[in-house]
Amino acid sequence: MINKSLKQLGAMLQGKEISSVEMTQEFLNRIDRLNPEINAFITLDKDKTLAQAKHADSLLAAGKGTALTGLPIGQKDIFVAKGWRTTCGSKMLETFIGPYDADIIERFDCVGAVNLGKTNMDEFAMGSSNETSYYGKVQNPWDRSRVPGGSSGGSAAAVAARLCAAATGTDTGGSIRQPASLCGLSGLKPTYGLASRFGMIAFASSLDQSGPMAKSCEDMALMMNVLTGFDKRDSTSLNREKEDYARDLNKPLAGLKVGLPKEYFSEGLGADVAKVVNEAIAEYKKLGAQIVDISLPNTKLSIPVYYVLAPAEASSNLSRFDGVRYGHRAKEHGDLMDMYCKSRAEGFGAEVKRRILIGAYVLSAGYYDAYYIKAQQIRRLIAQDFENAFKQCDIIMGPTAPSTAFKAGEKADDPVAMYLQDIYTIAVNLAGLPGMSIPAGFAPSDDGKRLPVGLQIIGNYFDEARMLNAGHAYQQVTDWHSQMPEGIE
Amino acid sequence: MSLNSADIKRIAHLARIEVSDTEAEATLTKLTGILGLIEQMQAVDTKGIVPMSHSQDVTQRLREDVVTETNQRELFQSIAPAVKEGLYLVPKVIE
Repeated sequence: MINKSLKQLGAMLQGKEISSVEMTQEFLNRIDRLNPEINAFITLDKDKTLAQAKHADSLLAAGKGTALTGLPIGQKDIFVAKGWRTTCGSKMLETFIGPYDADIIERFDCVGAVNLGKTNMDEFAMGSSNETSYYGKVQNPWDRSRVPGGSSGGSAAAVAARLCAAATGTDTGGSIRQPASLCGLSGLKPTYGLASRFGMIAFASSLDQSGPMAKSCEDMALMMNVLTGFDKRDSTSLNREKEDYARDLNKPLAGLKVGLPKEYFSEGLGADVAKVVNEAIAEYKKLGAQIVDISLPNTKLSIPVYYVLAPAEASSNLSRFDGVRYGHRAKEHGDLMDMYCKSRAEGFGAEVKRRILIGAYVLSAGYYDAYYIKAQQIRRLIAQDFENAFKQCDIIMGPTAPSTAFKAGEKADDPVAMYLQDIYTIAVNLAGLPGMSIPAGFAPSDDGKRLPVGLQIIGNYFDEARMLNAGHAYQQVTDWHSQMPEGIE
Repeated sequence: MSLNSADIKRIAHLARIEVSDTEAEATLTKLTGILGLIEQMQAVDTKGIVPMSHSQDVTQRLREDVVTETNQRELFQSIAPAVKEGLYLVPKVIE
């Protein structure tokens, strides 16, 4: 059962082969057995989870089940869930019990999906290796000595280790796609504004977007149908007609124009990753795609621009953690100012503090125009690169990350090296475009392990159905997405 | 644009984060590296380019000025570090 897709598991529930309570219990048993090492989940509440499964069984029995009813799904611990401890990977929120539901949580609850537990993540989603979590690092199921990527590393490892059939993630600069790539699964960041940010603990509001992490594009389409939609509680939510993201899954790809940005295949890309990505592109040619060479000249600038905008927004967003209304308060403190300063010094980890400081610096008097405004101007140039590229092609393909999963600790002490992990993913967030990563094969590590490689597919605004179509077609002729790591049986 | 550890202490104060002298030194090295990365932006000519904050160029939605939320003081205060009689407690700010 553990390697079945959401679609197949849903069919088992609908066909009464198994109940949601039984299915959920089986995944909970796997979590009990494997999670102490992998550390993908950081909060479980079996009573709540099983109560949801029981409710789902009654919906199914009454014939009111829909595609995701009764299916256990991991929720990234960035989403506030009522009655659930919600930490965002931080000591700051160690005792925070969600007083309400995030929009995403509400939407999954509404269709009778089961919240299996909260998944580990980099603290406040700031990281590319899941090593900044206050709750400990996460193992990559393909090689336990390596990182799963981040920030949605817990969700990625959970799906890869088959601790759940799917999970949610959020992506500010690559936090869904990069861990999906490093853990061999499919992950999609939707067009900015399609999924509500209400109740998703804010990192960089103009970039943050939530999306599905699953084993296949078909499963991601089912999740997209649930997690997207207008929400008046999010001021940047887009009010658009509901669409069925599975509608084009089976369209033939003949004539699809695939753009390959030369900047994504130049220096910095690992030869092992390049080989796998090129083989995937060759497969697309066989499927009838037409390859077009394109250029995204400002790609390199996306990292400096991101490391101005994201910390600036984060420093504002994280000012709410003051030790007054919720979150950590220092035990020993003097006056009010001292209480703020000590509570924040104790509650935040090193990387979060660094980003807050960068943000405070670039927004401080005299620097605002030189940094923040300048970055927003270059952001427009980056968006225009894509606009020009989409005049020549329907879809863009390239690597998701420059390398396969790296060893835990390898980059932990060098923020700049860590930031370069996101060289191919960040521009997509800056432009607000949808991007996804799908498994494209494996590269051998020095010590003989098979490490997953992801193919990134970038679409034009609101073109998720076409991207899922492209991904699904590939997953019909390859089996990379259904391969499992060893040692998780 | 070179920072020193006094700058780090000043920025940290703006951000309301206490840093010790040793932490300020360690932070200085890392921040200098990150700011070096950011400095690449300055080579780009951005004259006349309109800054971009949202890809769809949406405008702020307005709603009717009516009460939409119910009072949930007890629920929200149940997770506060210190409350008394419905108020959040902080160290004394007025003598």
